Amino acid sequence: MADIVIVGAGPAGISAAETLCANGLRPVLIDEGARAGGQGYRRPADGLALDMNRLMGSEAGKYAALHRRFEALLPRIDYRPRTLVWAVDGSTLHLLRDGRTETLAFGKLLIASGAMDRIAPLPGWTLPGVFTLGGAQLALKDQGCLIGSRVAFLGSSPLLALAAKQYREMGAEIAVIADTTPLSAKLSALPELLRAPRTLARGLVYMAASLRAGTQMLHGVTPVAVEGQSRVEALLLRDQRGRERRFACDAVALGYGLKPETQLADLAGAQFVHDPDFRLFLPKIDGLGRAGPALYLAGDGVRIGGADAAEASGALAAHAILGDLGRPQDIAAIRQLARRIERLRAFQRGLARAFAWPKAQIAALPDSVTLCRCENVTAGEVRAVMSREFGPIEVNRVKAMTRCGMGRCQGRVCGPALQEIVAATAGCDGAAAGRLRGQAPVKPIALAAAGTAA
Amino acid sequence: MSERTTDVAIIGGGLIGAWTAFFLARRGQRVTLIEKGVVGAQSSGVNFGNLRLQGRFPGQYPLSLRSQALWEDFAGLIGEDCEFEQTGHLYLAYDADEQAKLEGYAEVSESYGLAIERIGPADLKRRWPWLGERAVAATFSARDATANPRLATPAIARAAARHGAVIRENTHVSAVDRSGDGFTLTLADGGSLSCGALVNSAGAWAREIAERFGETAPVFPAGPPQFVTEPFPYLIGPSVQAIDGSVIFRQIPRGNIILAGYPRTAADPVTNRAPVPPAKTLAAMRALARVAPMLAQCHVIRVWSGIEAYLPDMIPVIGPSETTPRLFHAFGFCGHGFQIGPGVGLCLSEMIVDGATPTPLEPFSIGRFRSATAVSEKFRKEFD
Repeated sequence: MADIVIVGAGPAGISAAETLCANGLRPVLIDEGARAGGQGYRRPADGLALDMNRLMGSEAGKYAALHRRFEALLPRIDYRPRTLVWAVDGSTLHLLRDGRTETLAFGKLLIASGAMDRIAPLPGWTLPGVFTLGGAQLALKDQGCLIGSRVAFLGSSPLLALAAKQYREMGAEIAVIADTTPLSAKLSALPELLRAPRTLARGLVYMAASLRAGTQMLHGVTPVAVEGQSRVEALLLRDQRGRERRFACDAVALGYGLKPETQLADLAGAQFVHDPDFRLFLPKIDGLGRAGPALYLAGDGVRIGGADAAEASGALAAHAILGDLGRPQDIAAIRQLARRIERLRAFQRGLARAFAWPKAQIAALPDSVTLCRCENVTAGEVRAVMSREFGPIEVNRVKAMTRCGMGRCQGRVCGPALQEIVAATAGCDGAAAGRLRGQAPVKPIALAAAGTAA
Repeated sequence: MSERTTDVAIIGGGLIGAWTAFFLARRGQRVTLIEKGVVGAQSSGVNFGNLRLQGRFPGQYPLSLRSQALWEDFAGLIGEDCEFEQTGHLYLAYDADEQAKLEGYAEVSESYGLAIERIGPADLKRRWPWLGERAVAATFSARDATANPRLATPAIARAAARHGAVIRENTHVSAVDRSGDGFTLTLADGGSLSCGALVNSAGAWAREIAERFGETAPVFPAGPPQFVTEPFPYLIGPSVQAIDGSVIFRQIPRGNIILAGYPRTAADPVTNRAPVPPAKTLAAMRALARVAPMLAQCHVIRVWSGIEAYLPDMIPVIGPSETTPRLFHAFGFCGHGFQIGPGVGLCLSEMIVDGATPTPLEPFSIGRFRSATAVSEKFRKEFD
């Protein structure tokens, strides 16, 4: 039995652990990764001579500070790396560590599970050489690898320019940065983005760097296809004026913003509500991150806010735990954290509006495009099942009939696009299309992990 | 009295209701099927998909064999495919007691004309080399089959509709009353319906309707915990079951293995959910690895369950009401309803149209619950 368990060792999990330790508590910190830091502040594999200062750029100071703080924290917490939480059942966590399952009972649970890329499929997106934007960055930070030597960046995200800058600095050629959002939409979001001027300035610096380096940067594109025989050879787009443009490349990174990893929160009993700006179902939380009697959510795993907001929301959720344990409350600190998170998350909300998820483009995808790559289900199969008599109009039923979202990733990749195709085919908005419900195991587990029968 | 809206109303659009609507509509009856959600959800959509003939309750064989003939003609009857596959069913025994039980089942099956093949350990290993070492005996029935339950019920409902049945989804029945020699149904949306005959196929929600007419059956909801692995090359062949109930599995054409195992899991008919406890997932994984050790590194990717209706003697209620003429019950299929679904629908249509069915259904009478209820050994084994 552990009094407090934190799941996730990114900035939210680490700062939560720090706040609890400062109050004399010793939390368990569970990390699916091998080294703390989460995805954004990921540490390279041991023995890899990678210049993280150069790679992290303006965030190098924060990166170094977080890891220093974690090292100082390590003797005072129960840190469990390479440990997957595959189920939450009441007040018991089911873990997978070193290929074996085990359980851990908890008193209070703080989930800071982070985020992953949201993907909009396009013809050819399952070709070898197509990566998520986050995957492209991880290859760099974790292994010092590039996904290709001439890389196209496609999506709807300010991070396209950031990743392109990192890739260029590590020696890659950039075929194009192609954003589905028109420039006008970005400009009209400026007032909201000015709420975090420093972050906005950083984004503009990345864009300027791309322009200086002579990289083609297109706004308002319509993706047509990734082309290639057995792997990526080119990215085909229509530009804002409707002209078809082909960019030769050997890899494509796709990034349409991030989506919180909410499966564990779902299993732990969080309630969900549809957010029209992000066009995602998000767990309900109170102002401090409480999602249930003993459940707390922080970081990008509950609301996309970026690393700084994650760090503050981890600390804030830890304050909520302290309060619920009857400890004295540091009201000033709580107010300051809450204000900071509110400002940073509002900025991200502005970004989500500016760099909109291209729902109309997804709804218009050709029937032949693969929607679910695990189970090999096309958009056309989903539409055909829905158009039959007594056909489903809700995502869980569509999944049952077509197997879309039923495979290894459990809809983590295809879910958002499935949502749009179902909504458009049923003629309803995103909320009415329903939410793919989470089920354990949240990630595949081998039979052998269960041990042998008595 | 006012003119009737329909000849027969069916409450519950699961597999049983859909088959009943299909056969009645085919006989020219005006049928209205009322479903509170969507057709083929809950137990009809989430079950294992087993069309198993081996090891059934003995009194059920006439119904079961009649049903299998209908499943074998599914594409012809319904005009759609439901992934029907006659792969056979392999029953495994792991000790002398289990072997004796297996032999008992085989003799019952054979007495009803089912061909059962007895297989010793050496032949087991030769024919299914992926089996573990420990099985001492097995029986194989080639006529057993599987189908995809998620596809079957909506397909049957579409076929019923083509024959003229009216199917009303997302419709709640708020009251059922006797009116003259028929019934009046009041719907939650304010509408009403009058009919000459009423079929209660409301599954885990059927008890309330029976009690409205002065009879009852101790139905309770539970869920079958089920699991699926990632796909891998086709290898298994038949559906395979350990006779102790610890695991049953089959490999679907896509390559995934679907597995299930006792004990069953609690279900909530109010929230419509039957969550699978992780401990049951682990137990089923261990049981599968015991039967097929070569799958040890195969990954479970997903689990699911749904709400089924159970009765303590593990036998369904099928047949006429004992209190009310022209009321017919078919519920409480105890996790074994998928295979007998078409036969139940056909028999009910015969009872309603012809006044009788040639298939013996006496063991399934609702009247058995007037006296003390027998609790079956299966019940004790399948629940925790």
